[in-house]
Amino acid sequence: MAEWLKGYLDPPWLAYLAAALLQCAVLLAVVMTAVAAFNWMERKIAGRLQDRLGPTRVGGRFGWLQSVADGIKLLTKEDIIPAGADAMLFRLAPYLSFCTAFCVFVAIPFTDKWVALRLNAAVFFILAVAGLEVFGVILGGYSSGSKWSLLGAMREAAQVVSYEVPMALCVVVVVTVAGTMDLVAIGKMQSGWFWDWLVFHDPFTFLTFWIYSTCAVASVNRAPFDLPEAESELVAGFMTEYSGFRWSVFFMAEYGSMLAVSILAAILFFGGWNGPIPLAGLLGLTPQHGPVAGFLGELLGAINTLGKGILGVGVMMWLRWTLPRLRIDQVMTVCLKYCIPLAAAMFVGAALWTYAFPGGLILPARAAPTEPAFPLAAAAHNAGEQ
Amino acid sequence: MAIERTGLEWDEFDVRTDELVINMGPQHPSTHGVLRVLLRTDGEVVQQAEPHIGYLHRCAEKIGENVSARQWIPYTDRLDYLAAMNMNLGWALTVEKLLGLEVPEKGRHLRVIMAELNRIASHLVAAGTYGLDLGSFTPFMYCFREREKILNLFEEACGARLTYSYITVGGVMADLPAGWTDRCLAFLDQFEPVVDELHALLTSNAIFVRRAAGIGVLAPELAVSYGCSGPVLRASGVDWDLRRDGDPWYTRMYQGYDWDVIVQVNGRYPHDENYPQVPRAAVLGDCWHRFYVRMLEVVQSMRLVRQGIERYRTAAGSVGQPIKLSQKLPKGEVYLETEAPKGQMGFMVIGDDSAVPVRVRARSSSFCNLSVLSELCRGCLVADVPAILGSLDIVLGEIDR
Repeated sequence: MAEWLKGYLDPPWLAYLAAALLQCAVLLAVVMTAVAAFNWMERKIAGRLQDRLGPTRVGGRFGWLQSVADGIKLLTKEDIIPAGADAMLFRLAPYLSFCTAFCVFVAIPFTDKWVALRLNAAVFFILAVAGLEVFGVILGGYSSGSKWSLLGAMREAAQVVSYEVPMALCVVVVVTVAGTMDLVAIGKMQSGWFWDWLVFHDPFTFLTFWIYSTCAVASVNRAPFDLPEAESELVAGFMTEYSGFRWSVFFMAEYGSMLAVSILAAILFFGGWNGPIPLAGLLGLTPQHGPVAGFLGELLGAINTLGKGILGVGVMMWLRWTLPRLRIDQVMTVCLKYCIPLAAAMFVGAALWTYAFPGGLILPARAAPTEPAFPLAAAAHNAGEQ
Repeated sequence: MAIERTGLEWDEFDVRTDELVINMGPQHPSTHGVLRVLLRTDGEVVQQAEPHIGYLHRCAEKIGENVSARQWIPYTDRLDYLAAMNMNLGWALTVEKLLGLEVPEKGRHLRVIMAELNRIASHLVAAGTYGLDLGSFTPFMYCFREREKILNLFEEACGARLTYSYITVGGVMADLPAGWTDRCLAFLDQFEPVVDELHALLTSNAIFVRRAAGIGVLAPELAVSYGCSGPVLRASGVDWDLRRDGDPWYTRMYQGYDWDVIVQVNGRYPHDENYPQVPRAAVLGDCWHRFYVRMLEVVQSMRLVRQGIERYRTAAGSVGQPIKLSQKLPKGEVYLETEAPKGQMGFMVIGDDSAVPVRVRARSSSFCNLSVLSELCRGCLVADVPAILGSLDIVLGEIDR
């Protein structure tokens, strides 16, 4: 995209800036729409699981516009800041959570060509940025000036920070097997049929997926690990004093991070933009057949990625409405006594597997990518060299 | 000025700085009503939990001294409003004992049907809200969906869904409408699989077991000394049920019925082959057992309702006649306890040869059950307080009266 803009805007840096802004706008639009859709999906899934219908009035028979109505309602609410609250931090906290949750999407590829920023250490970047989210939570709980909020924030901080360790270990297992931290390369490695997906590559990655899903649910504070937001004890934990738009910002951050960990799981384990059957290849939707076909092929891939992410989010919602929640010490026990040792064992196993079967046991090994991560810079560098 | 310190009391101004004083309620999603629990915690560990009650006090007993016996029935509805039939029954039996009035057989069977159906409804609320306290939202909806059907049956019988004033002194207000017993049996038939569903979602759920087993263990001696009753007492292993062991004026109602008292005898619950086994982590007298006892009692109540319907259909005579409003109560004092869903509910009436009693007293089961909260919460985590409170199954209406 930057190339294309370069043809129109003269100083190259302006082209890059415009491209970056445009890509951010597109990402924001996609994720915000997804968040609104998740709100609707959650209410419908919750309703159906509870033997009732969910929203059926706003926007037709299925309540499509319910999220919009909710958004409007939240925007028009009075902005209440408690008297004992630290006003500046209180205002800052939701936006911190929101920004970090959304920044993760910058590095996530929706297809091998549709990625805002192709980093060859994308996995590292994502884990690092996702870890910043806990600041918003702690600030929110502390600045609310209420003991309940403070308790909730402390619990959440402990939980999120603890679960990032096994989550990172699980991701590292995949990185070990794939040989690269570049998400685009990991996705490309899984092209083909569904048995080429990394989850079926060896038993260790298969088990790692289950550990990863547990840790991911815990690190986004969804049931059964949603004690920080536990309605029955702390009203709403660190979000108790937040109302209206500020609350909806926290809420968007939560759904955004749910989508992010789901899409990450999809790319790492389930082939990302590669469908279970190589439909794009079979239908001839590849760039060799023209730009429109190429675009359609990419679109199919993006639909695959988003679809898998949405499926993951749907499973998280299913879990939330079925299971009771764990107490905080039980949450920490699960992390420290079960998840971390298991993830570490998976890592050792996967490392041994790749050492023992470098060519892959059943599936042929996929070569690590030979193309550079930053093609323009590499081209410039090569040109400079010559 | 010296401030007296008696036992569990402590004054709120003298708090050590490394402890946190948290106020749970009176507005709180899981205190089951307007209850204030003052927690003194060391981080997450509760050192002391002190319940403060009285937010729902409506001077019911004082009003009882100003209205006639039958006119006090609506006030009994509002004591344990989730089991209003049982409250009506307790008061009606008390006044009938004072009057020496015996309800005909058909009326007795009808009272059994209503009381046991209301026991099912009350236990459904207890189970559903307990799941809700622990974070599972769906079983709550399933319990309330089933309870809706019971409430519809009650609405057909007496016109009200919650505060029935149906069982009255002398019998019941009116006989059942046509087809009611068939609808009731149809409800029971479709309800049986739902109990299994609830077992799968809650009783045997690993997370539920971790949250409830071994939490809030109530020793039987402590339970007896605090006056706990009902499922709370039976879950601690004390074999006591007023429907079997109580006042003959009350147990006569259940004579000839075939049912089991749900209490663990020699390590086994009656007929437990059909139900989830007791998990290894569960200790007799903990929250899980209290929950389990209620779930099993629901099944026994279903049996009682079926038998009651059979006997009601074959009994001859009338269902009784409410006494006249101007009926004078003879001089005398009667105290009668009945087995309400939440425990032993006692009513006392002192008559003085007038239509209006001199003194009316309701001894509430939840009051005594709640008083053991401070013992149970010592040393538990903050997240366990709603778990323990939910397992005690209190209703503030009958605590505060």
